[in-house]
Amino acid sequence: MEEPLKIEIRNLNFYYGNFHVLKDINLKIYENKITAIIGPSGCGKTTLLRTLNRMHDLYPGNRYEGEIILYPDGINIIGKEVDPIAVRMRIGMVFQKPNPFPKSIYDNVAYGLRLKGIKKKSILDEKVEEALRAAALWEEVRDRLHENAYSLSGGQQQRLCIARAIAVEPEVLLFDEPTSALDPISTAKIEELVVELKKRLTIVIVTHNMQQAARVSDYTAFMYMGELVEFGPTERIFTKPDKKLTEEYITGRFG
Amino acid sequence: MGGGNDLRRVILKRKAVNVLMLSLSVLTALYGLLWLFWILADVVLNGLKYMSFDLFLKDPAPPGVEGGGLRHAFVGHLIITSLATLIGVPVGIGTGIFFAEYGRHSRFVGFLRSVTDVLVSFPSIIVGTFVYAVMVKPVGHFMGVSGSVALALLMIPVIAVTTDEILRLVPNSLREAGYALGAHRWQVIKDITLPAAKRGILTGVILGVARISGETAPLLFTSFNNNFFTVNPLEPMASLTVTIFQYAMGPYESWHGQAWASALVLTAGTLLFFILSKIMVHGFRRWG
Repeated sequence: MEEPLKIEIRNLNFYYGNFHVLKDINLKIYENKITAIIGPSGCGKTTLLRTLNRMHDLYPGNRYEGEIILYPDGINIIGKEVDPIAVRMRIGMVFQKPNPFPKSIYDNVAYGLRLKGIKKKSILDEKVEEALRAAALWEEVRDRLHENAYSLSGGQQQRLCIARAIAVEPEVLLFDEPTSALDPISTAKIEELVVELKKRLTIVIVTHNMQQAARVSDYTAFMYMGELVEFGPTERIFTKPDKKLTEEYITGRFG
Repeated sequence: MGGGNDLRRVILKRKAVNVLMLSLSVLTALYGLLWLFWILADVVLNGLKYMSFDLFLKDPAPPGVEGGGLRHAFVGHLIITSLATLIGVPVGIGTGIFFAEYGRHSRFVGFLRSVTDVLVSFPSIIVGTFVYAVMVKPVGHFMGVSGSVALALLMIPVIAVTTDEILRLVPNSLREAGYALGAHRWQVIKDITLPAAKRGILTGVILGVARISGETAPLLFTSFNNNFFTVNPLEPMASLTVTIFQYAMGPYESWHGQAWASALVLTAGTLLFFILSKIMVHGFRRWG
């Protein structure tokens, strides 16, 4: 039985100037599942992730070919007629290093809500608390909501960034190596959180940490030199991969 | 052992060189400080000698007559520099924002940035004559506000360059976080980059005001001078710097005394401005 699709990438090619970064990628992202993208440094996994919310549009000299269909309405994310801002309101992102705004904890979470035009304090209060609870941060910050976000530890800052992203209730959340700057305990908390979050949204996570991909994801995509080598259920990819290259990478023979 | 002696000689030599270089740098520092403190002491001692309440409260007495003050020049100076700040700060910050946020990847803006760097050290007398040609000459008479325009032109590049540099120091990941939430470019600038850079930008504003507060040359052809009290910036207007210049060069002993006292007020005023702005900048530290 085929599970419901959230995003379908069809024949995606991506260029930075003359550099052909992503080569003919075809990939299906299933709804309420966690899809991990793994591969050695420079294989294009972060580039692929950043096509999903049109992050590349912020910089000059890039070109997309192909289609990225976002369901249920079936719009083409990289279509010229589609406003990147409309895409980013539906597809959130958490970055490699925690990057809270130089504002209070409360204002960080409320920022996206205010962008959406929500001004009423009671609604903001409610949604901020809800997002902080969902990001497993509420208990730690409930008494200091109006302190600067930089007073939090690195792991707390990353959970704040997750709260900030989920407060606007996106359909998809992209994680770009979200734990690479964190200690093992903070990492474990973030991983737990990611698994918990798939109940409410669809998750795509880029990681250089294969154990992390194996622990949290339902599906795994393995990329090498800008190409998608293999994609399938995580369990199968990690136990009996079809391709030799995948097996060599999984077993740590290169990367 | 020969080796041990060689080593000892090398160490001794290094110590000697060290002492020599240290003494040289201390001497050069003292040389610079000597003049600074001499000037300061001269201004303070002479200034205090001629300081009086009349200086601030009265307008000038007729030339050669004892008494009178420089109220007109103090008020004029405040008006000219305040107007200059009012024009220069928004334009300077706006230019910096344009360079850093909108023109980041443009070669043309790279060119404009180099031009602005040159303008920072542009001779102020030329700015004065320029404003004379485009503003004073067409109107037909000197005006306080044309002095403000000349000073603003000196201030804009200073503020633009600092704002640009500070904004480019704000990490891109912070901007991306804003865009990822669906913010427009101006929202990212207004809500994220500017607040993150406000302390640095404020420092730029202080540098800009400091650059103009002691300028004389650009005022000579623009606001000129006025022996009478006025608050109308469309008339010629006295400024402290031009008045000090005129009084110090003048033939009367009482003028020299008033020039000394004004010099002290200008120096103390600049110092006070620096201290106040430092406190203000530090006040923002809590919010990064």
